[in-house]
Amino acid sequence: MTADALRPNLPPLSLHVPEPRFRPGDAVDFASVEVPPAGAQPRPDTAADPASFHDLAYTLVRVLDDEGRAVGPWDPRLDPDTLRAMLRDMALVRAFDERMFRAQRQGKTSFYMKCTGEEAVAIAATHALSRDDMCFPSYRQQGILIARDYSLVQMMNQIYSNSGDNLQGKQLPIMYSSKEDGFFSISGNLATQYPQAVGWAMASAAKGDTRIAAVWCGEGSTAEGDFHSAMTFATVYKAPVILNVVNNQWAISSFSGFAGAEATTFAARAIGYGMAGLRIDGNDALAVYAATQWAAERARTNQGPTLIEHFTYRAEGHSTSDDPGQYRSAGEPGAWPLGDPIARLKAHLIAIGEWDEERHAAQDREVAERVKAAQKEAEKNGILGHGLHQPLDTLFDGVFEEMPWHLREQRQQMLDEEEASGRPWARKS
Amino acid sequence: MNMIQAINSAMAVMMERDPNVIVMGEDVGYFGGVFRATAGLQEKFGKTRVFDTPITECGIIGVAIGMGAYGLRPVPEIQFADYIYPALDQLVSEAARLRYRSAGQFTAPLTVRSPFGGGIFGGQTHSQSPEGIFTHVSGVKTVIPSTPYDAKGLLIASIEDNDPVIFFEPKRIYNGPFNGHWDRPAENWSKHPAGAVPEGYYRIELGKAAIVRPGNALTILAYGTMVHVAKATVEDMAIDAEIIDLRTLVPLDIETIEESVKKTGRCMVVHEATRTGGFGAELSALVQERCFYHLEAPIERVTGFDTPYPHSLEWAYFPGPVRIGQALKKLLKD
Repeated sequence: MTADALRPNLPPLSLHVPEPRFRPGDAVDFASVEVPPAGAQPRPDTAADPASFHDLAYTLVRVLDDEGRAVGPWDPRLDPDTLRAMLRDMALVRAFDERMFRAQRQGKTSFYMKCTGEEAVAIAATHALSRDDMCFPSYRQQGILIARDYSLVQMMNQIYSNSGDNLQGKQLPIMYSSKEDGFFSISGNLATQYPQAVGWAMASAAKGDTRIAAVWCGEGSTAEGDFHSAMTFATVYKAPVILNVVNNQWAISSFSGFAGAEATTFAARAIGYGMAGLRIDGNDALAVYAATQWAAERARTNQGPTLIEHFTYRAEGHSTSDDPGQYRSAGEPGAWPLGDPIARLKAHLIAIGEWDEERHAAQDREVAERVKAAQKEAEKNGILGHGLHQPLDTLFDGVFEEMPWHLREQRQQMLDEEEASGRPWARKS
Repeated sequence: MNMIQAINSAMAVMMERDPNVIVMGEDVGYFGGVFRATAGLQEKFGKTRVFDTPITECGIIGVAIGMGAYGLRPVPEIQFADYIYPALDQLVSEAARLRYRSAGQFTAPLTVRSPFGGGIFGGQTHSQSPEGIFTHVSGVKTVIPSTPYDAKGLLIASIEDNDPVIFFEPKRIYNGPFNGHWDRPAENWSKHPAGAVPEGYYRIELGKAAIVRPGNALTILAYGTMVHVAKATVEDMAIDAEIIDLRTLVPLDIETIEESVKKTGRCMVVHEATRTGGFGAELSALVQERCFYHLEAPIERVTGFDTPYPHSLEWAYFPGPVRIGQALKKLLKD
């Protein structure tokens, strides 16, 4: 090539393409994942200057140690009832996931996404927030609804797109929405909820409200422009918002390296914006609670936004349409050095004498029964694939507040078509 | 009042009436906007209701959606329509669908103001007409005024509307009803009857076109700057054309269009945007579907070219009296 002829002395450039440490068949060794001792990280005053605690964006804030003790300044010192409530919610969301995953495999719905291994991220955070704070979730924070005692039947109705679905069958399964419960409508387009959450928080501040916003995205989504736009807005206006990045290591089959994890942490994104950043053990419910509580206090006292990286691991596939066996080592979930969030909280409660194996086993049976009963109830309203559950003409409702002529015409065309087709599931009302 | 002043007045009136109306965008606060459309608003309504934003259109619209979901009525400005593309996903996938996907639980009642169109030597990056992109999207309304009076009334109706509205302001006629081409001299709004704008509140319902000039020989469908170019051309040529200013593209006033074309039997569509896949194609199809047996000639489309906006050759690109005149002759030939 011409360039070579002109500059024969120069070494050729090479393109770096990140590669995860383990692929299918490889033995897993997570020794390179640095896990600092629990309790070792300082807890700054919530009014402290973000520049004074940059280290917290590079370490891991941890509360629960290997013996299940809560140690160090981040221990939120929760009462046993709250701890048990969090444990129950985490068990419930896992049981819910199990059952709905199976429902998808049985052909009762098109799609499902589990949050196995990440239950603490949504559950503990929700317990640390006020009930009326607005959450802008990604698709793996079903725990928010569970922790806010949202009806399991209602969640399943949405998954089945059945006649009880409060979203009228207009959304993908698991893309819940409940304004009443402070749960913003989930989008499939990644990180779009980030600036929206910041806007909600800015509006709350502008109106002199006391409510704050919290938002979640995966580490892969931090590559989206929306994430960075939101970070800029949040810091510029000191928006009362908690920005959560759930680093579960995998974005479908792309490992976190493709979002920049080889170069730095996701919490460190905060530093460039002059924002408070925390990197925490996302499998430690107490650390998630403590960090959220701390960030919420900062937000509520006009100290501005906080970025929290929840360092965790996606123990299952991305969704029912994914097969992680094709791209990662089967040994990964078991070898994950931060353990299982439910097992760790359970060990803590047992260590402080507020729980035991019998009660835990009984609770597992109880949540499984609750989920089973809810499923039975929801399936009375129908399942996806058993014909139409919504009146056909609702297809046109809600595009606009009032229906313009072109939609009215198209609706009539559809109804005429339905009439002419003679289909057995003809328009239901 | 010129159109800028009318737009400013609409925002002031609405901010006065509704404490939830807020104005945001690059340079809109202290400075009052590069076109001065928001001049004086921050002084009057304070920094938490009228404020400058970072230069991230995706952020501006995303944040506005969140504010709308909270219960505010944001009026974000995108400084030039050419810069709306980074915000496209937030507008198309989020604002437009929020009501539908949440079955009405959440809505995005924002009015996105943005100057559009050429004729100010803005080159490729300050001249585009992207309205066709938005008319193709289900769930957003697209509004384009052509006079100061309409601009104010339509903007007030847009801000009051509970759906997301894209409000494109034809910047070539911000200051006067210039016909839009070097072939004709400019005239200031103050010397023009359409320049009279009341101070207070009034609204023009979205989805209602205006017959700006009644006639019987043919129907011209236009919006924004092109209404004035078409009007000047038919006046110069002394043609008995009926000119319809669409005012809102979605929802469209199909009744007025249909009635006019059935009366005249001929139809011409004029817009400044590029031709292929433009809103003129939709208008032609609608007229063909609904008025075919009344048509005495093929529908004529007068548009910008399928090229980027050329800086030095912008007047060659811009549909002016000559291009419109030739199309008129063709349309009236038989």
